[in-house]
Amino acid sequence: MKSHEGRRLKRLFFAVLVCVQFVVLLPSLEAQAFTDQVIQKGATGDDVVELQSRLQYIGFYHDTIDGVYGYGTYWSVKKYQEEFGLEPDGLVGPKMKDMLKRTTNFDKEYVHRMLKEGRKFTHYGGMPLEHQKGPKPGGKRGKPAPAPKQPSAPGGEPQKGGAPKEQPSPEAGTPQKGAPQTEAPQEGTPETGTEQPQTDTQQPEAETPAPAPGEDIPDMTPEEDDFPGDEADIQEAINTPEGFTDNDIQIMAQAVYGEARGEPYTGQVAVAAVILNRIESPTFPNNPSGVIFEPRAFTAVADGQINLEPDDTARRAVLDAINGQDPSGNALYYFNPDTATSGWIWSRPQIKRIGKHIFCE
Amino acid sequence: MIRSVIIGVLAVAVLGTGYWGYLEHQEKNAILIQSENNYQRAFHELSYNLDHLHDELGSTLAMNSKERLSPSLTDVWRITSEAQNDLGQLPLSLMPFSKTEEFLYKIGDFSYRNAVRDLEQDPLSEEEYESLKELYHQSGEIQGEMRKVQSMVLEDHLKWMDVEMALASQDEPGDNAIIDGFEVIDEKAGQFSEASVGDVGSRTQQDEEIAKAVEDLEEIDEQEAVNIAGEFLDRKGKLEADVETTGDGLDYKAYSLTIEDPEDGHYIYMDITKKGGKPLYLLEDRQVESAEVSLHEASQKAKEFLDKNGFENMQLVDSRQYENVGVFEFAYVVDDIRVYTDASVIEVALDNKDVIGYEGFSYIANHQKRKPMEASLSEDEARERLNPSLEVMEVHKAIMENELEEEVLCYEFFGVIDDDTYRIFINADNGREEKVQKMDRAEPVYDFD
Repeated sequence: MKSHEGRRLKRLFFAVLVCVQFVVLLPSLEAQAFTDQVIQKGATGDDVVELQSRLQYIGFYHDTIDGVYGYGTYWSVKKYQEEFGLEPDGLVGPKMKDMLKRTTNFDKEYVHRMLKEGRKFTHYGGMPLEHQKGPKPGGKRGKPAPAPKQPSAPGGEPQKGGAPKEQPSPEAGTPQKGAPQTEAPQEGTPETGTEQPQTDTQQPEAETPAPAPGEDIPDMTPEEDDFPGDEADIQEAINTPEGFTDNDIQIMAQAVYGEARGEPYTGQVAVAAVILNRIESPTFPNNPSGVIFEPRAFTAVADGQINLEPDDTARRAVLDAINGQDPSGNALYYFNPDTATSGWIWSRPQIKRIGKHIFCE
Repeated sequence: MIRSVIIGVLAVAVLGTGYWGYLEHQEKNAILIQSENNYQRAFHELSYNLDHLHDELGSTLAMNSKERLSPSLTDVWRITSEAQNDLGQLPLSLMPFSKTEEFLYKIGDFSYRNAVRDLEQDPLSEEEYESLKELYHQSGEIQGEMRKVQSMVLEDHLKWMDVEMALASQDEPGDNAIIDGFEVIDEKAGQFSEASVGDVGSRTQQDEEIAKAVEDLEEIDEQEAVNIAGEFLDRKGKLEADVETTGDGLDYKAYSLTIEDPEDGHYIYMDITKKGGKPLYLLEDRQVESAEVSLHEASQKAKEFLDKNGFENMQLVDSRQYENVGVFEFAYVVDDIRVYTDASVIEVALDNKDVIGYEGFSYIANHQKRKPMEASLSEDEARERLNPSLEVMEVHKAIMENELEEEVLCYEFFGVIDDDTYRIFINADNGREEKVQKMDRAEPVYDFD
């Protein structure tokens, strides 16, 4: 609770600073452009990346910058809107974009490079960006901060006022900079807010990209390599339907592709829907892989066609089915009348025929 | 000389092939034995679990205090789920074994529901105790049959691989001993299916609800269905459609339309109920290659689409962008209450703002005049029931379906604990936490290239 209070105060403090900056910096800040769209929750893409980066710049957003407008971003936007007297509707319209553009910086080149390289990074204002990036995944040893900068760095006024409790003494000349204390970056933000945000003030702990206080983040001192070489690219993100991972979708798409490629699109959606209906049904396993890999349940599994690479259509069909589409009419079974071997399947009440498949209860 | 060389080479070749064949054969055998072992394990575990289930149900019955049943019932629930899991690993899906599976589900459902409820305050009724007895008795019979099959398998060294062969072959699969045994079990389970434990709830219920909802409406013919589709779709040009009627497996009758989009030639699929002509779903088969409009603009288009087609008072409750398609979930809103049971999903292509998907199953099934529901708890009272570490960000009133499939009036809280967003439904009548849901985060792209 206390820390919330503190964060709030700090944000307020910063809000005032921002207002001051309005006057001082107005002419000098050339804004990087958002497009004209109103950004809404659920959106993905470059505008969202910019929105998240700009919100992070002023300490409103502490999550990963991943280009997906999820709940974390939503709450940040609403907080921003409340604080600056906009209607808190979560829609980022021209007014809010203007305000953001005026008060924050967005290093597009840096952010997109980080995303492309799949690094962990942050984009807080008032910290040199090279201190805010994690090592490159893929074997290369990360060098978060260039060596010459670190000892002489704290020459400016890295810590004053804002967060004395976190930093007992300036670590000028300390070689393992920032290792023991993972300072939450938003602590650093307000202090430097008084200066020009775009000037690179040196901040000793800057390279710990803590998305949120209290979260477990490895200290990334140059001495240790926290990232094994085979680390996957995990900065960019995508939307997935509630309750399903992208891998679930992939497995289902493989099953649909193996079972129903060449069928009309509804036929493919219907096959995906049958998988989902089985998950719901009490008499079948209750997760995608359980249903799909149940022995003898799907011929594509039995003959290995499930290992083919699915096309976009199959994937789209699975997404449609997960989003509630069910052309099969709640079917639990389907069969190809030309090749069906079991007499029993014919005794099921039939719902409809789509393409080569008959769907039944 | 040359002849003997040739003979020598051939002899080596024959021996080599023979040896290679022998290795292949061994390898194949090893794999067969391995899958056989997997089946055997699942089978014997199933039998063990059914044994165990019977015992555990028995000890639940023998317990003197009806208030302390929870641990024992939880155990029953766990065992049923294990048995279901074992069943899922056996090659039974193309043979009628569903009644046994349903039976297991019933026991699981019954034990779960009673294990989680506060038996101290609300002990088992006489009737429920009777059902428990009944279940005990029935599980005993199934256990007996199962043991018989098991001992037969052990005695005669029966193989599950043979079951698979028998099921795969076109012939009558009846002459396999294991299959016979399982058929007997399933028949038994079928006989006592109506054992007053309640119906098996599942999505099939929705069909019945749809059937009920359109029951009294007037029937339309194929041409009318095409006309309705035309109005619904709002595409320029005349619609050409193939119409088929659904079969008997569905509780309601519907027309399935396949329409060629007059604008770009893609196929649009649509189902419309025969009675009342209600569009059930709509799908367009089109890969959207680019995003020209924003998600927000698309959501407005989706709303317009709903308004135009007579869905009143719908509110956008969730929106997501999947590459170049916007998916929007709308819920009916009455007196500031979000009715989640009357939901509809609209998909809009982000290139030309066409509606390429619509789904209204639950809306058609549930949308009706409801008795107004009153909240007996105030919002603050409901808030007190929340976990204190939850930072509440948004509150709505909502009607949702709880686990017992009843519609209940709730307060819907969106809140944050440590950067994770949760959605919590608190019953506005009795303050119960009906549902707690962790909202998924955006999923990182794992890229190993």
